[in-house]
Amino acid sequence: MNLDAKIPSGPVAEAWDKHRFDLKLVNPANKRKFKVLVVGSGLAGGSAAATMAELGYDVDCFCFQDSPRRAHSIAAQGGINAAKNYQNDGDSVYRLFYDTVKGGDFRSREANVYRLAQVSANIIDQCVAQGVPFAREYGGQLANRSFGGAQVSRTFYARGATGQQLLLGCYAALSRQIEMGAVKMHTRTEMLDIVVADGITRGIITRNLTTGKIERWAGDAVVLATGGYVNVFYLSTNAMGCNVTAAWRAHKRGAGFANPCFTQIHPTCIPVSGDHQSKLTLMSESLRNDGRVWVPAKPGDQRPPSQIPDNERDYYLERKYPSFGNLSPRDIASRAAKEACDDGKGVGPGNRGVYLDFRDSIQRLGAEVVKQRYGNLFDMYQRITDENPYELPMRIYPAPHYTIGGLWVDYNLHSNQPGLHVIGEANFSDHGANRLGASALMQGLADGYFVLPYTIGNFFATHKPEPITTDHPAFREAESEINARLQRFMTIGGSRSPESFHRELGRIMWEKCGMARNRAGLEEALQKIPELREEFWNNVKVIGTERSLNMTLEQAGRVADFLEFGETMCRDALLREESCGGHFREEYQTEDGEAVRNDDDFAHAAVWEWKGPNEEPVRHQEEMTFENVKLATRSYK
Amino acid sequence: MNLTLKVWRQDGPNDAGRLETYDAPDVSPDMSFLEMLDVVNERLINEGRTPIEFDHDCREGICGMCSLVINGVPHGPQRATTTCQLHMRSFKDGDTIAIEPWRAKAFPVVKDLVVDRSSFDRIIQAGGYASVNTGGAPDANAMLIGKEDADTAFDAAACIGCGACVAACPNASAMLFVAAKVAHYAHLPQGQPERDRRTVKMVNSMDAEGFGNCRNYYECEAACPKEIPVKFIGNMNRDFIKAVAAGNEG
Repeated sequence: MNLDAKIPSGPVAEAWDKHRFDLKLVNPANKRKFKVLVVGSGLAGGSAAATMAELGYDVDCFCFQDSPRRAHSIAAQGGINAAKNYQNDGDSVYRLFYDTVKGGDFRSREANVYRLAQVSANIIDQCVAQGVPFAREYGGQLANRSFGGAQVSRTFYARGATGQQLLLGCYAALSRQIEMGAVKMHTRTEMLDIVVADGITRGIITRNLTTGKIERWAGDAVVLATGGYVNVFYLSTNAMGCNVTAAWRAHKRGAGFANPCFTQIHPTCIPVSGDHQSKLTLMSESLRNDGRVWVPAKPGDQRPPSQIPDNERDYYLERKYPSFGNLSPRDIASRAAKEACDDGKGVGPGNRGVYLDFRDSIQRLGAEVVKQRYGNLFDMYQRITDENPYELPMRIYPAPHYTIGGLWVDYNLHSNQPGLHVIGEANFSDHGANRLGASALMQGLADGYFVLPYTIGNFFATHKPEPITTDHPAFREAESEINARLQRFMTIGGSRSPESFHRELGRIMWEKCGMARNRAGLEEALQKIPELREEFWNNVKVIGTERSLNMTLEQAGRVADFLEFGETMCRDALLREESCGGHFREEYQTEDGEAVRNDDDFAHAAVWEWKGPNEEPVRHQEEMTFENVKLATRSYK
Repeated sequence: MNLTLKVWRQDGPNDAGRLETYDAPDVSPDMSFLEMLDVVNERLINEGRTPIEFDHDCREGICGMCSLVINGVPHGPQRATTTCQLHMRSFKDGDTIAIEPWRAKAFPVVKDLVVDRSSFDRIIQAGGYASVNTGGAPDANAMLIGKEDADTAFDAAACIGCGACVAACPNASAMLFVAAKVAHYAHLPQGQPERDRRTVKMVNSMDAEGFGNCRNYYECEAACPKEIPVKFIGNMNRDFIKAVAAGNEG
């Protein structure tokens, strides 16, 4: 497997400028001759599709939702980072770069991260020009806040709906290109495979979710912007439709899957309330700016929170990490919550929850100010739990939120599979083993607005394969494989719904490959998942027809892919014998429970190569070198 | 609690459709409305019956994918709440709940409770944007925008495009949806260069899609899960008249 990252030589601060000059260009008049298939219409896919169409490329964009505006980027609450230093508090491109590499626990690529920090400022300019209504000060300038473990205020936000406003900006840009005929948008259309002919990605196969029609699309490049795979846990903060299918199919056609075990568990979500639960709801991390996290100091203390005096409360983040306190990074805060609950100090149903308390902020600032800052989040909490957070502390617990692993890409966001580019959450490159708050929106838009539109030109200018049509045997074969698979779902005639398999897989993944992992548990999962998969293919029940809208059938396909992917994820977690970022292996910790990273043996991305249905996948490595940010143990004490 | 559901079933756009009755036993008050439907569907699948199709995705009230007219009210009885965020504690044991799709000529039924809202996308495509390409934007703080204007623009931009306003309106008017987008840009300097064109083009597109006219029932505001105020419709009407009077008809 060729894992040449194509990182430009020379100092990291000059790499992107140098690279942009070295990239070959496509004559403006020739751009319309290149067809780009963009799968996904979230921040990464939508911005890439719009920007490439503006440049003159012929773009088709696909999404499974009924409108590109509904992609799950829309649910991001907190904000987007940019190294603007508007607050004059010492921020810089270098500091954002440094924080991100360190926050990623030294498992990301320095050059990619530096570029991300550089273009972060352009993103804010671009979004403001589009009319994104960011929060502002009375004087008319943009407001910033400190967010998710950063000690400078570099986060731009739009109340608690930053993702929505950024996505609507991007959707507006995309809509404009659709109106101009430069983008053809295909909604309610799910990509089910990529087509590879003579080793080169030449197109995709889709299913029209309304009519069931299977269609072939040929293109000069395929761009996957299909998001993350955290729904492998079943319960997560992702939308119900988020899935690994596109990435997994690309993987099975040759694309390396990097660091699948790196997932982000978000510390502040509403705890599970019962077996019926279908998804978990995130409470923005910004709440930790004014809320204090605590549990009763005494295990099993069942008193209501108001009756527990301060000296019988354990503000464990403030105690363990005095310099970062409640703003400790996500992986640290999540693990600390789990530890508190494992010690029997958890609160609420099943004792899996900790308090996030605004009592002191309300006393200090007044309820009105707290309402201004977090009103919509408080309302959402009350709608879901029926408890009033102005009077009672919120109960929160960590939940799977984002995936930091993904398809391997080089510096050009091109995978090892020729012709296939991967952007946004679907790739692996920028966050290492842990993503900092407000960095996901930044990365999605960086890739789509400011990186891929440059690098894809170089790809077209340097790759000139023979023209191909959808009559090529590779398209025919891919389509007939899809049809056979759909037929199989319809004819198994078992007794269990796809949903029930998904729940069961999710339980295995959360228990054995969740916030804390160990060898025995992972080996157990590696036994159980193939058994569950076997049962699925013999006992799943899908009703109706494949020739019309059939959401159970859609779900069956997605669950089938999760059942394969979960195994690779556990295998990756088993072989990464260290604790770093969101990957915590219980065998590798200090006496006081802090992660022990192993840079000698694991300062690399593990990249998996698919070898076939009954073969063990092969693990490759891309070494990560750190020339600018010195390898050091993260400490937030 | 135990509930009876009367659910609209329709095999496709050309099918007549009918209400069918289902039992929903052992419903927990902590379930969301859609989780209650998940449980009903799970049972239908186990019994070999076709599950009820309904749109949903984020289940946290922001993607705008979920719909459902519940007991005659779009998104159900709780104000400022999407169906996915509505919880069963809003109902009581023994209730009969009628569940229907959005009903409007411009939102044809796809199947059961799923409707086609692509007309909304086409209205945005007609002009719901600021025509700026990527790149070349000036520094974000070069343009000062007062907090009040930014806040009002946000209030309008908070629309999630779910279509409840249309479903609630006796005329199936999309005025609140269109007015919210028009107001978002009208309150920002970035929206000024195309203000007239945008308003006229979006209103014309709305008419062409077959949405009805506003008769000031204000049902849209009451149904809107984001509480977008009807005052934006008045603002849009003024902008429209001004644009037409000035001869700027898109």
